[in-house]
Amino acid sequence: MKEGWRRRVVITGIGVISPLGLTAEKTWEGILAGRSGIGPITHFDSSDSTVKIAGEVRGFEPEKYLPEPTIRKTDLFIQYACAASFMAVEDSKLTREEVASERTAVVIASGMGGIPAIEKTFYLVNEKGHRRISPFFIPMIIPNLAAGMVSITLGAQGPNTCPATACAAGTHALGEAFGYIRHGVSDLAVAGGAEAIISPVAVGGFNAMRALSRRNEEPEKASRPFDRDRDGFVISEGSGILVLEEFERAVGRGARIYAEIIGYALNSDAHHITNPAPEGIGPRRCIQLALKDAEIGPEKIDYINAHGTSTKVGDINETNAIKAVFGEHARQLCVSSTKSMTGHLMGAAGGIEAAISAKALHEGIIPPTINLDHPDPECDLDYVPGEARKKEIQYALSNSFGFGGTNGCLIFKKWEG
Amino acid sequence: MSVENRVRKIISDHLGVDAVKVVSDATFIDDLGADSLDIVELVMAMEEEFNIEIPDTDAEGIRTVNDVVQYVSRRVS
Repeated sequence: MKEGWRRRVVITGIGVISPLGLTAEKTWEGILAGRSGIGPITHFDSSDSTVKIAGEVRGFEPEKYLPEPTIRKTDLFIQYACAASFMAVEDSKLTREEVASERTAVVIASGMGGIPAIEKTFYLVNEKGHRRISPFFIPMIIPNLAAGMVSITLGAQGPNTCPATACAAGTHALGEAFGYIRHGVSDLAVAGGAEAIISPVAVGGFNAMRALSRRNEEPEKASRPFDRDRDGFVISEGSGILVLEEFERAVGRGARIYAEIIGYALNSDAHHITNPAPEGIGPRRCIQLALKDAEIGPEKIDYINAHGTSTKVGDINETNAIKAVFGEHARQLCVSSTKSMTGHLMGAAGGIEAAISAKALHEGIIPPTINLDHPDPECDLDYVPGEARKKEIQYALSNSFGFGGTNGCLIFKKWEG
Repeated sequence: MSVENRVRKIISDHLGVDAVKVVSDATFIDDLGADSLDIVELVMAMEEEFNIEIPDTDAEGIRTVNDVVQYVSRRVS
């Protein structure tokens, strides 16, 4: 491959399953309405749990997407990944024959894989012994089986991988897939993230870190990024998947293009397992690297879909990083955390937030940050409080930061056709 | 329900195949679309249903629906 050889990459399909709805359209409607998808936990009996709220997907019917025996052999995150992937492919108007190719990559992140199946199996072993473990237990729980099942079902024979980089995983998946197309490894990619870990151990584990909101009495107000009264993030579930396509090919077939991906970067804080490095140095450098990759100046960015999880430290850290990179322009651009509505989809967050960023560019509407009643004095940017804002924008940045000090940033450009 | 019908129902439910296809001489892998993991799971389901333990050496000999019916009938009689 010759030096600097790069192909352009566009987004031609979107599939989403989220606490705001069972499709990308329903989710986007929820975002525009500034609706919260957070509610009381129903996936398990949370009466003994300190945290009793989460962003659950409601009314999901796996049988609409998968045959009954496959449903029994897959944990929920795999089912969400399949549903969102099939919807994304359908949305792209590509035929299944076109997708079933050696030139199609599947890169689907999952932060934690099949935690609920691990828990159920543990109880089963205690009760009935190890001989009762299902032969499908391992393929049910390993995080890359979301990508595996999607590639098997679609017949996609290109790269098939799964970043498991915690809350940055979805962004890393899209960045990786972007690279495959950009550098000529693949022409198409089905990429994003899937997560379904609303279970006693996962919720209890994050609660043990004091990372979760305990606003059990007002679930819809619990996720409140940048607000002074925020007290942690809210665990959510679902999947956000994009179809990425090589530019010439997409234009050649007259595809509807949502946006172009023009830059991607990833780096590390190299600081602490869960605490961000002081002054947001990791995210700051990551944003700068993404801008460099996109070959644009910081003043071009109109909108930032923030990582914005609603934790005390994280929100301030990200705000500082944005100020450091964008200087005066930080006061002009819009920043919003759609986690205020969706909650935190963990390894799927980067997937759904890329989908939302692409929709924002495509429709000329900036999503709001809800529950921002009293901004933290240290969070003093324009976070688009309360209501979505109609505004034509050209460039958007999506941030994701994960435990382990891992960061990822994607830059999208409006498609002008 | 007879042993045979119980066996057939489990096979049909687990593999998601129409009950009419679960005929005596149907092979699990070629005719019913099962893989090696499905067969392990089926054996476990038979163990639960009939409260027996099926050693791996016995399970390895199972090829057709009739193999299971014969084996289980022998074990439960």
